[in-house]
Amino acid sequence: MEILEEKKNKNIGYEPILDGIPDWPVYQLSKNRKEFLEEVTQKSIEQIRLLRPTRKQLIEELETTVHREQNRMKRNRWRVDPKDESRFWMKVKNELIELNNKSAEESEKKEEQILHSIVSRYANEIAGNFKPSSYKFAREATKFWFGRLLNGARVKKFGAIFRNQYTLRDKIHIVGKVKMLRKLASQGTVVMVPTHFSNLDSILIGWIIHSLGLPAFLYGAGLNLFNISIFAYFMNSLGAYKVDRRKKNLPYLETLKMYSNLALQKGAHSIFFPGGTRSRSGLIEKQLKLGLLSTTIEAQRNLYLDNEPRKIFVVPVTLNYHFVLEAPDLIEDYLQVKGQDRYFPEQDNYGSFQLLKFMFKFFTKGSSISVSIGPGLDVMGNYVNDDGNSLDANQNIINPREYFMTDGKVTIDKQRENEYTRMLASRIVGEYHRINRIFASHLVAFVAFEMWLKKYPKLDLFGFLRLPEEDLVIPYEEFKATFKKIRKEIYKMKDEGKVHHATHLKGDLDLVIQRGIDNVGVFHLKRPVLKNKKGDIVTQDLNVLYYYHNRLVGYDLEKLI
Amino acid sequence: MKSSSDKPVGVVGAGNFGTVIANILAENRKVLLYARDEDAVDRMIRKQENRGHKMHANVEPTGDMAHLARECDVIFPIVPSQHFRSMMKKLGPYLHPYHILIHGTKGFDIKLPKGGSIETARTLSRREVKTMSEVICEESVVVRVGCLAGPNLSKELSQRQPGATVVASHFNEVIQVGKRLLRNDRFQVYGNNDLVGVEIAGVLKNIIAIASGALSGLGYGENAKGLLISRGAVEMVYMGRALGGDTKAFLGVAGIGDLVTTCNSPMSRNFTVGYRLAQGEKLKDILESMEEVAEGINTVRIVKKCAEYYKLRPLITDTLYKVLFEGMTVQDALDYLMRYPLNVDIDFI
Repeated sequence: MEILEEKKNKNIGYEPILDGIPDWPVYQLSKNRKEFLEEVTQKSIEQIRLLRPTRKQLIEELETTVHREQNRMKRNRWRVDPKDESRFWMKVKNELIELNNKSAEESEKKEEQILHSIVSRYANEIAGNFKPSSYKFAREATKFWFGRLLNGARVKKFGAIFRNQYTLRDKIHIVGKVKMLRKLASQGTVVMVPTHFSNLDSILIGWIIHSLGLPAFLYGAGLNLFNISIFAYFMNSLGAYKVDRRKKNLPYLETLKMYSNLALQKGAHSIFFPGGTRSRSGLIEKQLKLGLLSTTIEAQRNLYLDNEPRKIFVVPVTLNYHFVLEAPDLIEDYLQVKGQDRYFPEQDNYGSFQLLKFMFKFFTKGSSISVSIGPGLDVMGNYVNDDGNSLDANQNIINPREYFMTDGKVTIDKQRENEYTRMLASRIVGEYHRINRIFASHLVAFVAFEMWLKKYPKLDLFGFLRLPEEDLVIPYEEFKATFKKIRKEIYKMKDEGKVHHATHLKGDLDLVIQRGIDNVGVFHLKRPVLKNKKGDIVTQDLNVLYYYHNRLVGYDLEKLI
Repeated sequence: MKSSSDKPVGVVGAGNFGTVIANILAENRKVLLYARDEDAVDRMIRKQENRGHKMHANVEPTGDMAHLARECDVIFPIVPSQHFRSMMKKLGPYLHPYHILIHGTKGFDIKLPKGGSIETARTLSRREVKTMSEVICEESVVVRVGCLAGPNLSKELSQRQPGATVVASHFNEVIQVGKRLLRNDRFQVYGNNDLVGVEIAGVLKNIIAIASGALSGLGYGENAKGLLISRGAVEMVYMGRALGGDTKAFLGVAGIGDLVTTCNSPMSRNFTVGYRLAQGEKLKDILESMEEVAEGINTVRIVKKCAEYYKLRPLITDTLYKVLFEGMTVQDALDYLMRYPLNVDIDFI
């Protein structure tokens, strides 16, 4: 079925804002990779020494690090982990033991060496390697193969595979403050902070950045993704740096933050997935990881300290899907650990083959993606205007430098900046909800789930989810009436600037509901919402329905059902 | 810290508490004291006195907000909660992100639809009910915000009796500034990072103060008061947590400390309302004879409505609501509470 999901895009290509790859900040970084990494290493060491000022504390920290690393290797090794790591950590361990037999002076020198070797190892591990040649290749390959898939699948004629009637742009709709983003990227440093639902997000964002004519961004991508070779290839070539969430030790975290901090100071546009990991529940992220986010604030403060007026802009982005490949596994994870503070094992049940299969399905069937680009914020979460000036609530221009001032001078105050990071995080979360685009499929899932939930007020969530799916039926007319009510509320919220919705949400009610049902979780084996023979609403998988329903949690819509 | 010690400190609001705080600040620093009323400014300048408090020589009264904001990096807004937002709307345009604001107001700000009242609103939650620090952030670019709360009866402070206060803020920097400016040999200053918790504790205790006055009005003694204060504290913890505070704030100087003081102070307006109700007077008559509104009465209405939203049952507040607005007598209310089958002592830690 061919469904025109959105208003036809204007389908204009965007001119690149910088002429050649050699001008790109990310290229500059990789060209001077060695010097840059040495700088990261040196500054991280300074920072670690600041946090662990005495020798005893430092040695303890190093011992903890070795201990944790060895534990990790024992319990949770990945394909991407370097082959020599057990040897390396063994060596460090032995060197630490030997410290006891050394004089204070000798030992101090040795400590310095050990710390340096660890930090510099981490820095090299984290660092991306942007290569213009493979960047270009990856870019063209994406365009070419996606193009072929699309045209071959859509236009059912012999030879269609060689046509260029459809491009990715027909599949992926970019809406929101595109012009502003382009302008900000040429005036300052942009940190893009997208929501994270699927492993596909990274590739999607890469394509979007290119298609908007922006230079490549630095990525902080989860190391687990590099286990999947097809991803590893793309991300390496796009300049991704690696974030290993298994490593929670201080030297690693400080090195990671310093890498991002210095890259930002040098003007490299970056992408953080501030949720840290894919949203397990399908909820829009509420709790953001503050570590990487804090580097935006530190980098901005350092720029002010150096009297550099260049600004760092934070741009929230939401990715909206009808369908998330990993949904059944994600929600299972979520339900298992809900209420318990347990570590999520990174399981990627989808190798390269499954992904390709998904891509093919994606391009051959009518399931589009929309990407909403939010308005630019300064590092304090204030809106900025097109010229990059920060604005207060009354649209007056303010100088964010003053947030870092005490007694008329820019000062460093870690505790203050931690608080600023928290404020920025909550501003980003607010923006996510505002720029989120509601699809018919989200609304269908939401209404169906809440209507059923309402029928069992005595059950808690888990009790409810254990109900046999066969028992759950909503008469179509009842469903339609509720759907209509909620849709009206969404229109109202849109007018108040609280949320956005896709154009396809408007129009004939029956059609919109049908469109939602046809699209929600469309490729899952068990469909979350469908109609039975009588035309009433049923489900085959309540857990997955819960997942898709969660997308609209946080707007207080359930109160109306 | 040289440059900031040259700068005066601002106080906005020349009421009772504002004047006393200005005097305390004046021991360390030059102070600009803003009053809305031009005549009051003139009178203060002429008489060197305000509301019965003699003014410190370092205090300079002013009617010019822009001047105050320009001169001072640190400002203490101390105006009644019902005027707080309109005051901030006036002050806001003069403020910069480098300003630090530490307020001393104990009350909620509430946003109602036009023509609506607390009772007719569909629901009331933290979306409509704001603390003063939140009002400051909404109405200005200032983020470094704190509040001042604790057992601070103006009269005792002005007599230089020993006392303490809490400066609460998310920012250690703000707490340090507050300590440096307020502290003297008779006044101890504690820090707390739970800004919202401390603010809410200061507001909720006014409810218990009315109940305490009522007990006194019925002629009961210290056992009854001990019961009320401890159960009142539990109720405050539960309500406070629902409204975004942390349990700890309610156990400190600004929680228990302030609660005990207010419940034992016949001078307090909230206590007086309760006392006179128990004596058989009608709320309407009591309010007509009082010069200023007791904050606690509004707080009871707000908290009762909020409790519905957060699905809580604050027993003392609900019963007090019936006494204040539904004609229940104080004696009946007490009987009702004493019969209530609730016997877990502490279950919130």
